[in-house]
Amino acid sequence: MSIKLGVPSKGRLMEKTFDWFGNHGVGLRRSGGDREYAGAVDGVEGVELVLLSAGEIPRELAAGRIHLGVTGTDLVREKLANWENRVAELAPMGFGHADLVIAVPTLWVDVDTLDDLDAAAAAFRKNHGYRLRIATKYHRLIREFLKDNGVADYQLIDSQGATEGTVKNETAEAVADITSTGDTLRANHLKILADGLVHKSQATLLKSRKAPWGDAEREILNALLGKMGLDK
Amino acid sequence: MSITSEARAEALRLQAFFAANGAKPVETDILQSAETLLDLYGEDIRARAYVTSDPMRGEQMLRPDFTVPVVQRHMAEGADPARYTYAGEVFRRQEVDDRRPSEFLQVGYEIFDRENPANADAEVFALFQEVLSPLGLRAATGDIGILKAAILGLSTTERRKRALLRHIWRPRRFRSLLDRFGDRKPMPDSRKSLLKAAAAGKDLFANVGPENGVRSKAEVQARIEVLVADSKEPPISESEVELLDDILSIKEKMPMVLSQLLDISVDMPTIAPAVQRFKARQKALAERGVDVDDLNFETSYGRASMEYYDGFVFGFYASGRADLPPVATGGRYDALTAVLGGGREIPAVGGVIRPEVVSILRGDVS
Repeated sequence: MSIKLGVPSKGRLMEKTFDWFGNHGVGLRRSGGDREYAGAVDGVEGVELVLLSAGEIPRELAAGRIHLGVTGTDLVREKLANWENRVAELAPMGFGHADLVIAVPTLWVDVDTLDDLDAAAAAFRKNHGYRLRIATKYHRLIREFLKDNGVADYQLIDSQGATEGTVKNETAEAVADITSTGDTLRANHLKILADGLVHKSQATLLKSRKAPWGDAEREILNALLGKMGLDK
Repeated sequence: MSITSEARAEALRLQAFFAANGAKPVETDILQSAETLLDLYGEDIRARAYVTSDPMRGEQMLRPDFTVPVVQRHMAEGADPARYTYAGEVFRRQEVDDRRPSEFLQVGYEIFDRENPANADAEVFALFQEVLSPLGLRAATGDIGILKAAILGLSTTERRKRALLRHIWRPRRFRSLLDRFGDRKPMPDSRKSLLKAAAAGKDLFANVGPENGVRSKAEVQARIEVLVADSKEPPISESEVELLDDILSIKEKMPMVLSQLLDISVDMPTIAPAVQRFKARQKALAERGVDVDDLNFETSYGRASMEYYDGFVFGFYASGRADLPPVATGGRYDALTAVLGGGREIPAVGGVIRPEVVSILRGDVS
């Protein structure tokens, strides 16, 4: 009997995840060659390491194919409808900090709040005949945020990368993207709205609610959390 | 809850009832232009409708309701007056509650008539009440037209009225606009400093970087001029905001509502025509045998959920069955016909029934 722990398969996110578990007394390591996506867990029995793309971890947790997983809270909220019913957050991990924000050109000195964005969107639609475009890959989060705040007359344009460039390229008027320092936004002459913080994300250890949790699996989880000092 | 053969039989029965009352049966495509629906409802519709793409016709949506295609068809080829009925599937994405169905049946009845709106409102409501009468439902009614008239009657600028009208279906944003126009909420600091800099004749575009994107410097400048002009306007008075709140909080049996509205229209004469329409509707309902003395009315009814309705609105609910969606909903949507009519418009009113819910309730009754 074992439980599956899904962690990001490459890059800084993987290294920091390994460090974090290491600091909590559980050794994670890749087994086999550098290019082989296989891993091992030392220090606790019955935990199987699964290396996955960070973007797929929410889906795997929701489907119950892995018991535990490490990914950003932004991806969980974006990819899972009703995320609270499908996963539980066990521990924030203190790295991978990123803010999902709404940003507009610095030229827009008349726009500082969502209130302004809404009014500017109404005027823009009237002038140009189409709804003001916001480029993002976080469709669900942005749509819900703008709905809750009563912003109308906008449309979301899908942008999977280089989102900050869409304004200059005239494929969008504003952007909604993650930022940690704001440097890329500034370099592209964009500013964050005063009330435009949609979500503060960080890497988080999550538990699937759907995965098989029999007595044996629970025992392994409790042993793991006990070993890591997370059982209080 | 999925579509059962009983529900399908119920749908045919309901449609036959509407046809027997003079409605022409019509069909609409299941695949609808996403662009039309997005322009109408905004981006929110993506959360509720299935989007698919067609290599020839672009982005399409699985029909989230019948009203839009029925209106389009009438505006393109229909002669008025006209009465239509339809029955078929609609599709709704569920992002919050997976117990809600993502496809279900709707049977509808729509009237396009210029002559007598009060009568048309009453006809739709009375027919719905008649066909649903064996189920012992609770009826709710409202009138978005009264709220619209009250907004138009405020002593403030056209621009402010338009902003309020634009958010009539978003109660939270509506309230925040009203608070701002009534000076009941402090102006954000960024707005204050912008206005101050503009008044001092400073170059507002110093250090803001290059022109960037489609929204031009001239458009930014134009909005600043609007903000400056607006800042010189007096706030909407306390007493007018109170009147608006009074109107919004009306929740009474219909005859009581009429006397309250008549009282309010002494202080706000601009709502008088809307009150007269309310009165005419009440009379038309009574003439069709509706017990108006016992009919519930709420000014705010339908404001958060029935976005294209702009006059009379109604719904029928199963008491004690909070697990079920409304059995029927409907209302007047004159403005929608203008948006979809390309320059033409016609007063229109209608509603839909959910046959699945009817067949579940029939099971309960028998």
